[in-house]
Amino acid sequence: MSEIMALSAVEIGRKIKEKVFSVEEVMRETLSAIDEKDHRVKGFLTLEEKDKLIKRAQEVQSQIDDGTLTGPLAGVPIAIKDNLCTKDLKTTCASKILYNYLPTYSATAVERLESAGAILIGKTNMDEFAMGSTTETSAYAMTVNPWDENHVPGGSSGGSCAVVAAEEVPCALGSDTGGSIRQPSAFCGVTGIKPTYGTVSRYGLIAYGSSLDQIGPVAKNVEDCANILEIIAGYDEKDSTSILREDYHFTEALVDDVKGMKIGLPRDYFVQGLNPEVKEAVLGVAKVLEEKGAIVEEFDLGLVQYAIPAYYVIACAESSSNLARFDGVKYGYRTQEYTDLHNMYKKSRSEGFGAEVKRRIMLGSFVLSSGYYDAYYLKALRVKALIKKAFDDAFAKYDVILAPAAPTTAPQLGESLADPIQMYLGDIYTISANLAGIPGVSIPCGIDSKGLPIGAQLLGDCFQEKKIIRAAYTFEQTRAYHHCPMCK
Amino acid sequence: MNHLGTKVVDENGVKHNTISDETMEYVGILAKLELTPEEAKSAKKDMEEMLDYIDQLNELDTDGIEPMSHVFPVCNVFREDVPFEHDGSVDTLKNAPVTKDGGMKVPKTIGE
Repeated sequence: MSEIMALSAVEIGRKIKEKVFSVEEVMRETLSAIDEKDHRVKGFLTLEEKDKLIKRAQEVQSQIDDGTLTGPLAGVPIAIKDNLCTKDLKTTCASKILYNYLPTYSATAVERLESAGAILIGKTNMDEFAMGSTTETSAYAMTVNPWDENHVPGGSSGGSCAVVAAEEVPCALGSDTGGSIRQPSAFCGVTGIKPTYGTVSRYGLIAYGSSLDQIGPVAKNVEDCANILEIIAGYDEKDSTSILREDYHFTEALVDDVKGMKIGLPRDYFVQGLNPEVKEAVLGVAKVLEEKGAIVEEFDLGLVQYAIPAYYVIACAESSSNLARFDGVKYGYRTQEYTDLHNMYKKSRSEGFGAEVKRRIMLGSFVLSSGYYDAYYLKALRVKALIKKAFDDAFAKYDVILAPAAPTTAPQLGESLADPIQMYLGDIYTISANLAGIPGVSIPCGIDSKGLPIGAQLLGDCFQEKKIIRAAYTFEQTRAYHHCPMCK
Repeated sequence: MNHLGTKVVDENGVKHNTISDETMEYVGILAKLELTPEEAKSAKKDMEEMLDYIDQLNELDTDGIEPMSHVFPVCNVFREDVPFEHDGSVDTLKNAPVTKDGGMKVPKTIGE
């Protein structure tokens, strides 16, 4: 077990400042951890060049030494999901259609991390264009779960969560459109936050469902995630849906106290379809928080079964429009032989996109087409309004909602893609947060009889990240971080 | 095209969506995708099953509910119209599959 890599991101940052170790030592440890483990985990698609990283480490060290960089992540290595643009570093969205794309700019979230002295190590595997729940729709690599290499890491931010769990890097960025940070965090035994919509700029995030996408942190614990979120969050004029919030001081909520906090347990989440071991572990979180002074009550959230169908209509509709830009003209893959412009578009797209992406573009084009628009697209947007209202009613009574992050632990590799609807059902507890725009955090809360991690999820009202961070942090103080077997 | 016209009732009285080959072809044009016959067959089946699944939304009465495209009230966002220097054309063009004279080259679109 590597002493440095077993630490959290904030601990590494602290020890760099205390001169216990240098930024370069941390960098060399990180590179050797990746060398040692990533041929098994296959979490990275692209790594920054080693020489550049060492040079960058030295630069950051001197900026720490001269007092220019003082933040918690100065000198800390970070991995970035491959749908976030990184200047001059290949960004593929795990799709053949972007096989050689070199962004000319970095996403705002990435720029903010770099300004804070975090060092970008490389790009992590994902489901192609973030469409999937297992990272198996990637055109390039089959990332495995570091807890058991026969199982998936979850998705779509599976690479980010796997490399954090395998202790190849201390932290990562993911993106969450329907649970893509929270579900793989649960499957890999790490912590991930999906912020309130509009909190982190989407500028430079290659869009899937624009009204649902949010970038968020993945790390070993809540403290790390709150610190990363504090750095990446902020108003950005380059994202027209960015929101200027009153309060970005998420780390102030790292308080071990939930006395008087009202926690709602949605009765309709703890029903058939939920694995009994997951249920028991999540109810265990409720018990711990109750013992710490929270008031826990069961309630009926309602409309649970309608979230997934509404989501697929909206997400596919938006993706069919967003992915229209991939046409073989401006960047990425162009087919070898074509007769005319239209034929070139069609062939480039058909050869460049994978099966799941094509399935969603087709469905999206269908629900937006004349004659079906009202019946499917507008209907789904009306249901979205009802789901938002159900959460508004719940948060009128409760500070946070406690739920499972997923109905099961990580499925085996190769089990999920054959039955799309069954796979989509795995997102039942995460998807409604994206429709309602609310924040959620996924935290490890147990290990099942197969030795796989179980995740609990805390949901808060819009702009109430601090409440979920406080509740998650309070629970975390009662449970030591479990290192995956690969890291022992 | 009327969406109700695409449903058939099975022997148990359950309604199922059926998509005609013409509709699939039309959707392929909108999606700018050219599927192989096998892909088209499986896409058709997948879409029919998804639409059956999505149809459960019709159990909900949404009369009088405004469609919510965005969770927060949004209006157009404008920046101050201040000119600034930006020329990323050289780097941008490096990503284009085929270029010519500082432009992205595409097959002939008009004329012979």
